[in-house]
Amino acid sequence: MRRSGRGAWPYLFLTPAMVLFTLFLAVPIGYTVWLATRRTKVSGLGLGRGARREVSVGFDNFSAALSDAELWHGWLRVLGYGALVLVVMLGLALLFALLLDSARVRLARFSRIAIFLPYAVPGVAATLLWGFLYLPSLSPIRDVLEIDFLGASTVTYSMANVAVWGGTGFNMLVLYTALRAIPRDLYEAARLDGASEIQIAVRVKIPMLTPAIILTTVFSIIATIQVFTEPSTLRPLTNTISSTWSPLMKVYRDAFVTGDLYSAAATSIVIAAISLVLSFGFLRVVRNRAFGEG
Amino acid sequence: MASAHRLKAARAPWGVAPTGLLLLGAIYCLFPVFWVLIAATKSPAELFSTSTLSFGTGFLDNVTQLFAYRDGVFWLWAANTLLYAGGGALLSTAVSAVSGYTLAKYRFRGRNLIFNLLIGGILVPSVVLAIPQYLLFSKVGLADTYWAVLLPQILHPYSIYLARVYATAAIPDSLLEAGRIDGAGEGRLMYQVAIPLMVPGMVTIFLFQFVAIWNNFLLPFIMLGDDGKFPLTVGLFTLLQSGANQPSLYNLILTGAFLSLIPLIALFLTMQRYWKTDLSSGAVK
Repeated sequence: MRRSGRGAWPYLFLTPAMVLFTLFLAVPIGYTVWLATRRTKVSGLGLGRGARREVSVGFDNFSAALSDAELWHGWLRVLGYGALVLVVMLGLALLFALLLDSARVRLARFSRIAIFLPYAVPGVAATLLWGFLYLPSLSPIRDVLEIDFLGASTVTYSMANVAVWGGTGFNMLVLYTALRAIPRDLYEAARLDGASEIQIAVRVKIPMLTPAIILTTVFSIIATIQVFTEPSTLRPLTNTISSTWSPLMKVYRDAFVTGDLYSAAATSIVIAAISLVLSFGFLRVVRNRAFGEG
Repeated sequence: MASAHRLKAARAPWGVAPTGLLLLGAIYCLFPVFWVLIAATKSPAELFSTSTLSFGTGFLDNVTQLFAYRDGVFWLWAANTLLYAGGGALLSTAVSAVSGYTLAKYRFRGRNLIFNLLIGGILVPSVVLAIPQYLLFSKVGLADTYWAVLLPQILHPYSIYLARVYATAAIPDSLLEAGRIDGAGEGRLMYQVAIPLMVPGMVTIFLFQFVAIWNNFLLPFIMLGDDGKFPLTVGLFTLLQSGANQPSLYNLILTGAFLSLIPLIALFLTMQRYWKTDLSSGAVK
């Protein structure tokens, strides 16, 4: 590592990654941006050669996406759903990680494996399982509870439950791993000062976990904003989920059902921008709070 | 005595409450899997007539029916999934390991730029990529092929990051220097020194990537039209779409869902020690 005399070797080693980066990341992003500023212009009856031309329309598609009422409803639905998922999923993940880390727990290994298990279940399969569990004719839950899980007012919670079920284990593992890396003598010192396990968890462990909590939150925000699999899979089982329930579902519909690639491209850039703004906004707020930086 | 007593009380504030809470979590997580196991054993008639939590007698019939469904398309989906997840994760691990090692152990112009570019990919939502990827693949005539699902999933920024962290911790610089003094070329150093030392970390990267591809729905859903190339996720989705209004197909859907869980859960349980989210410790215990 002392000199840079390895010549072209590092570049050679990085060629596969950079080629893949260019082909499957940089070019598609550029292409989306380009598409988002275009539109097909039809002249006359739209028949014959040259009657349909692709023209540049600047930011028209973006302003259309931003003023689309259907899309805004989608954002509101996903906002409610996402807030629910983030709070419950990360709250449970943190709780379970702290419990696993505390000294006095029996069957810890079993619980850890069981709670992580849904991570191995694809989103489609998870939604399918819960979807059938929500059906009155099949569900052991419905035997006990008289709730219509797929009604207009409950379907968001039912969907959030699928995401919480699937995501808690992975986040728990990330937080638990971070907890195990904290030096144990910190706790011993706190214990000698008479702190209870709960005080240690709140005053020592959670502050030490802050970086891991931030990481899991940012990843969860990005994933939640793009929610697509759960509502799409649940749709055949209920009529309370529209084909534009989430913004990404609208992108899919625009691109592949309606065939309006330009709107789809503009909307997907808006989704990306919002998830970046939310992620960075969250990072800023947390930094200001936790570290007192301006 | 008094202080020892206080210490003990402080350690167990609510007795069995922590264990109880964790077990509740475990039951919540296992319950749907357990239920689908039961549901998959029921014949179509039993599904709606017998108690929701008692086993049925139709498991073998369901499996036979599922495998006969549309000339055994379920088998094809399973094989495709294995190909996508296995092949994709293998290639992804190789690219990640080589890139991570290079970024960890070489100093060269543009290193930070390249690393930041690659890592920035983590923040790009897949939605921005899937549609243009589809359009670009159609332009070169590769949409609706195996390549369309395999190739875009090879580059995985987070795996490169993990590989870099692992390489930093697991490969001593002195070993590389010794190799160089002995006259080994950079290529040989990588194959014979670096990669063997990175194997445990690579297993972890492989597993996470395998699961990610196995579970991916959006990309194959967008890329593929021919159901002979579907992975299980898209296959189950179409099965549900066509069967949601026909309760007579429910047993097929449930059996399919159950069977599709087995490989991943098996992999998961047998590879326990490699499921780690922190590779900086450098070695797997």
